[in-house]
Amino acid sequence: MFGSAVLALEDGSVFHGIAIGAEGSSSGEVVFNTSMTGYQEILTDPSYAKQIVTLTYPHIGNTGTNEEDNESSRVWASGLVIRDLPLLASNWRNEQSLDEFLKARNVVAIAEIDTRRLTRLLRDKGALNGCLLTGAELEGGGEVQALRLARAFPGLKGMDLAKEVSVKESYYWKGGVWDLESGYKEDSDNRFNIVAYDFGVKNNILRMLADRDCEVRVVPAQTSASEVLAMKPDGIFLSNGPGDPEPCDYAIAAISELLEAGIPLFGICLGCQLMALACGASTLKMSLGHHGANHPVQNLKNGKVMITSQNHGFAVDEKTLPENLIATHKSLFDGSLQGIERTDKPAFAFQGHPEASPGPHDVAPLFDHFIELMANRN
Amino acid sequence: MPRRTDLKSILILGAGPIVIGQACEFDYSGAQACQALKEEGLRVILVNSNPATIMTDPVMADATYIEPINWRMVEKIIEKERPDAILPTMGGQTALNCALDLNRHGVLDKYNVELIGANCEAIDKAEDRELFDQAMQKIGLETPQHGIAHNLEQAREAIEKVGFPCIIRPSFTMGGTGGGIAYNKEEFDEICLRGMELSPTNELLIDESLIGWKEYELEVVRDTNDNCIIVCSIENFDAMGVHTGDSITVAPAQTLTDKEYQILRNAALAVLREIGVETGGSNVQFGINPVDGRLVIIEMNPRVSRSSALASKATGFPIARVAAKLAIGFTLDELRNEITGGVTPASFEPSIDYVVTKIPRFTFEKFPEANDRLTTQMKSVGEVMAIGRTFQESLHKALRGLEVGMCGFDPVLNLKLSDAKAVLTRELTEPGAERIWYIADAFRAGWPIDTIHELTGIDCWFLVQIEDLINDEKMLAKKSLEEIDYDVMRKLKRKGFSDMRLSQVLEIPELAVQSKRHELGIRPVYKRVDTCAAEFVSSTAYMYSTYEEECEAEPSDKDKIMVLGGGPNRIGQGIEFDYCCVHAALAMREDGYETVMVNCNPETVSTDYNISDRLFFEPLTFEDVIEVVQLEKPKGVIVQFGGQTPLNLVKRLEEAGVPVIGTSPDAIDRAEDRERFQQLIERVGLKQPPNSTVRSVEESIEAAKRITYPLVVRPSYVLGGRAMEIVYNEEELNRYMHDAVKVSNDSPVLLDYFLSAAIEIDVDLVCDGKQVVVGAIMQHIEQAGIHSGDSACSLPPYNLPMEVQDKIRQQVSALALELGVIGLMNTQLAYQDGEIYIIEVNPRASRTVPFVSKCIGRSLAKVAARCMVGQSLKDQGFTKEIIPKTFAVKEAIFPFNKFPGVDPILGPEMKSTGEVMGVGKTFAEAYAKAQMGAGEFFEVKGNAFLSVRDADKPHIAEVAKKLLRLGYSIVATHGTAAVIEEAGLEVAGVNKVAEGRPHIVDMLKNDEIQLIVNTTEGKQAILDSSLIRRTALRHDVFCTTTVAGALAVCEALSFSGNMSVYTIQDLHAALN
Repeated sequence: MFGSAVLALEDGSVFHGIAIGAEGSSSGEVVFNTSMTGYQEILTDPSYAKQIVTLTYPHIGNTGTNEEDNESSRVWASGLVIRDLPLLASNWRNEQSLDEFLKARNVVAIAEIDTRRLTRLLRDKGALNGCLLTGAELEGGGEVQALRLARAFPGLKGMDLAKEVSVKESYYWKGGVWDLESGYKEDSDNRFNIVAYDFGVKNNILRMLADRDCEVRVVPAQTSASEVLAMKPDGIFLSNGPGDPEPCDYAIAAISELLEAGIPLFGICLGCQLMALACGASTLKMSLGHHGANHPVQNLKNGKVMITSQNHGFAVDEKTLPENLIATHKSLFDGSLQGIERTDKPAFAFQGHPEASPGPHDVAPLFDHFIELMANRN
Repeated sequence: MPRRTDLKSILILGAGPIVIGQACEFDYSGAQACQALKEEGLRVILVNSNPATIMTDPVMADATYIEPINWRMVEKIIEKERPDAILPTMGGQTALNCALDLNRHGVLDKYNVELIGANCEAIDKAEDRELFDQAMQKIGLETPQHGIAHNLEQAREAIEKVGFPCIIRPSFTMGGTGGGIAYNKEEFDEICLRGMELSPTNELLIDESLIGWKEYELEVVRDTNDNCIIVCSIENFDAMGVHTGDSITVAPAQTLTDKEYQILRNAALAVLREIGVETGGSNVQFGINPVDGRLVIIEMNPRVSRSSALASKATGFPIARVAAKLAIGFTLDELRNEITGGVTPASFEPSIDYVVTKIPRFTFEKFPEANDRLTTQMKSVGEVMAIGRTFQESLHKALRGLEVGMCGFDPVLNLKLSDAKAVLTRELTEPGAERIWYIADAFRAGWPIDTIHELTGIDCWFLVQIEDLINDEKMLAKKSLEEIDYDVMRKLKRKGFSDMRLSQVLEIPELAVQSKRHELGIRPVYKRVDTCAAEFVSSTAYMYSTYEEECEAEPSDKDKIMVLGGGPNRIGQGIEFDYCCVHAALAMREDGYETVMVNCNPETVSTDYNISDRLFFEPLTFEDVIEVVQLEKPKGVIVQFGGQTPLNLVKRLEEAGVPVIGTSPDAIDRAEDRERFQQLIERVGLKQPPNSTVRSVEESIEAAKRITYPLVVRPSYVLGGRAMEIVYNEEELNRYMHDAVKVSNDSPVLLDYFLSAAIEIDVDLVCDGKQVVVGAIMQHIEQAGIHSGDSACSLPPYNLPMEVQDKIRQQVSALALELGVIGLMNTQLAYQDGEIYIIEVNPRASRTVPFVSKCIGRSLAKVAARCMVGQSLKDQGFTKEIIPKTFAVKEAIFPFNKFPGVDPILGPEMKSTGEVMGVGKTFAEAYAKAQMGAGEFFEVKGNAFLSVRDADKPHIAEVAKKLLRLGYSIVATHGTAAVIEEAGLEVAGVNKVAEGRPHIVDMLKNDEIQLIVNTTEGKQAILDSSLIRRTALRHDVFCTTTVAGALAVCEALSFSGNMSVYTIQDLHAALN
């Protein structure tokens, strides 16, 4: 019932499998994620723009998909690579099977390949550019075509994707976090006005802010500092997002200015890297990014270990931190920098994903810290 | 923070004997704990009454006490050793209960010893249902609606609130012993009464029934800095209503979205924090309503468990090892995960890229009277685990690894039978051991998935995959082998179909499928279990087979020795064989070989990643083993240590050119084939009881006339005395031949003259082909006729003349040399009226090898393994039998309390699950300790009841005399009483049950009897007296079913000295 599909990588590796999503071709950087749950959240996370994501757990699609578990309004990943699409989705919240979901959103996907072989390849060589090809395009030299397209993909280094995935107009966010009994909560009080830069923001970040009595105004990536200051925010949030932070000069400039204004500021993932750049540190492309929901991160102040959700291919270079920017968290996997804090301003940022979704909720208290900073200032 | 500096010595409490609900997983966890603490330079003191464990090997701890695990004996150890702390979380419920007792009796305070891992308050909070419920309420988590009762009145009040059906569970019992599901008032009263008796606190929890809900389990580890990780999530295939230990389970959880999984994760962490498990591993069980996701907490265990062993093997994360380190103050961030060679920290949550399936193994065939339906009380005796890249593959591998004669979804029901539909409905609704196969049969019969889901409550995600496999079989049945091309074959193999199952469906020989597959170039590849889904490079060679593109095995070209393990535990084949496999692997590694282990039992030490250089977690079938052999190309394969499982493969492995080392398969056959065995015995000039092999009922009657009655009858080629009986006359023989066995040309039945009242002897020896060294001679306490695995035995013999022992030495040596044994050999002999008879010879590892090794201070299994690779006994410096000056008694442990209604009588069919060892300066002390280790406490007062068969009557007066001298009054049935009276002893008569009331069972129920000696023979007499034994079991009255046992008990009771505790290390030092 499924046609065939090919995944080609720039190093010449080719994988043959079956096409479980839309017909067509799609190129991007091929990455893997070891999270065993949350495939729907991963697919709809804007940070995966221009990436073909391989999920290492073999059965993907077990619980189907539903409206509640989207992290944005669309699928951002360029493609999906899995070992096995189950025969049936089983969950009381299931609304649409994964393959239908992919087809309806025109996402190319491949199954029945040795995803562990692919993962080991990516682990050893670092993220590789690749191309997924299915359906009619496969006929007549599909493999060659896929390889050509894989090699033609320019790669993410130097690619400013934040402005591409960002909203075009600002808007006010509505809705708190999900719970089992009542689904998504209604908004509560609005104690703080937050301006959230959308570099590819995940909805759960906005929900967690809303839950903490924040009125969140989401603004496009290229909004200037003066525009933001004019909104008189109690706090500024820098979102996660895809691609290389370095080309985002507009954001770096805006953040520098906002930091100077002394307004509490909180960055996540790409937002963390942008804040570091704005403070004068530099970033680098990691040979092996972090993509999983099981990463231990240690709080350097109290030694506590938290299990975190991670999704980044770029990182802040710890050696380049200026004196007023200190490391607050480190990864226990590879020792890489995971959190930073300004010593002279109420500003901090975290490289992993405290909003989880998917992943453990251990780092959620960082949102409370943000609230504290705002409360202290008022 | 680094480890505590105030702790210098730690006492680890073991789990004691293997029983249902508590098996060798606690040897695995305990052994890890010992190693983890020893390498930190701590003095490790260990108490465990189970000699078959690796943890009680003398190198594992600094002071090892193979002593009863009860607070009185442990107090003696504490008094002697003065440990700084006790680690009670590695030894299951036994250790926790002992820790609570030590606290309750003020021992902890008296000696100022601290509990580490979990304190009394936490243990109480987790185990006491009332406290647990309050704790859960406090953190906003729901528990099932329930009531607590200490008497029937309270129970009836509770049921008003909870409603039917309801689940009844006694507090503080392992494996949910005595619990059950009640659908009506009558059942309710019955289960409540039984439960209250079994609970040490006479407490019952009456729960809302969550039958049909989904069941999950999370394995959590927490450190002193409040860092928590989830090691593994487990989803039960069987819905709620079947004990988790009896359920098929799958890791990781399959049917939860991230949002739902995180709710479970947060709840599990909250539970640990609230209960106050400061350090170590725990598990939390959840029920989820499949309709709306409503979540309830079922229970938590503040200790490592069977599930944590499973989780460790499933993920590669050594929970017990890490938990032990955390208990002495380390935090998770300070530890690395050794399995990845330290590449990953211990503080992360494993991610797996395969599916793990566990299937429990049952032994209902041993207890035909037992209720064989699965309920909330655990009944399984072992389990198999399998790893595959998909659920279908791992399920298929688990089914064939279970070794119940299935190679996949073999049909179990003839669907053409008129009552097939009724049978299917029952089997699906009231699950038994074979439900998974009945589900497949229901699909074969064309039942829709919704119907099956409704009847079983099993999630459709699982069911649809079974349906798919059955559809594949249907498709395949229409094809011939020639029509199967690469794509079809690869697809089937990727779904885990065994060659054997494919051959059955195609109706061709298995090897035809294998050669076709090899022709097509389809071979399994091996993937590594690395805890991180390949995210990091790891060095650990823990592997499983699958059908994928890339093989990660990277076999070396070193000299290798491969050891085949024993598969799932069952009665007759358990931890003793795993012990031997572990020792073989360790010895070979010490000698510089690369060692390769193949096994599929997740509870074992042999499947610990650091026991062998390369571990293949694979079913022990011909197909799975031969593929590993062809990949690794070992220099030798050891098959004689894993029990019958690997021995069953020997012939085919040899035919396939596998270098099996040790005793030749032909020699094994000479010992196992009755006719060849007879020739062997004659050749060596020994005696065996008159016997015959018969292939029809008529033949049996004829042969019996020649041999004369009584007879031991059994099918050929069985382990553990399956279907073995003693018959006393032609009528009984007729019944046996017609009902009990299917006799045919292919499966003959063996008849042996039964040597009644003979002394039975077990001898273990090791032979290098030229020289024999006897490991030990063991004298059974119970006379011949009781299965050797069920009989207590004494090492050295306690009343066997020295010249007889010497004769036995000569005889077994002659046998071993004649057979050309290279390795171990076990011989069972009987001594009657001055004659020695050879009953059985097993040229392989036996159940007693670990016990013997503990007694003589030398590992027989290691010596034997070295013989197999060509080292002579002389090379090894092991040339003389070591005879200890102290006594050691091994006593068997039985699962009768799990099977109400089953007659707890001993016979030729093995029924015990485990063993304990008692050590003493005299036989009396050793035997008394063995009984204490088995949980028997004698209070010498009140009435002893005697009722014996005619053959025992000449000896009963002696027993009565001894009991009277000890202080008992004697009550006896009239026939027995007459004999005692005749001897001039005081005795009161009592009616047998059939003789009118008041009778003996009335007395038992009124707690007027404190000790029972009850021997019987013949089917009818046994049946008549079974109520006595069953009632005794319920009222916890000691009952011996042999006169020899009674005399031994008298001797034990006469041991009035203060019991001392001895370390194995000191005992071994005294041997030299």
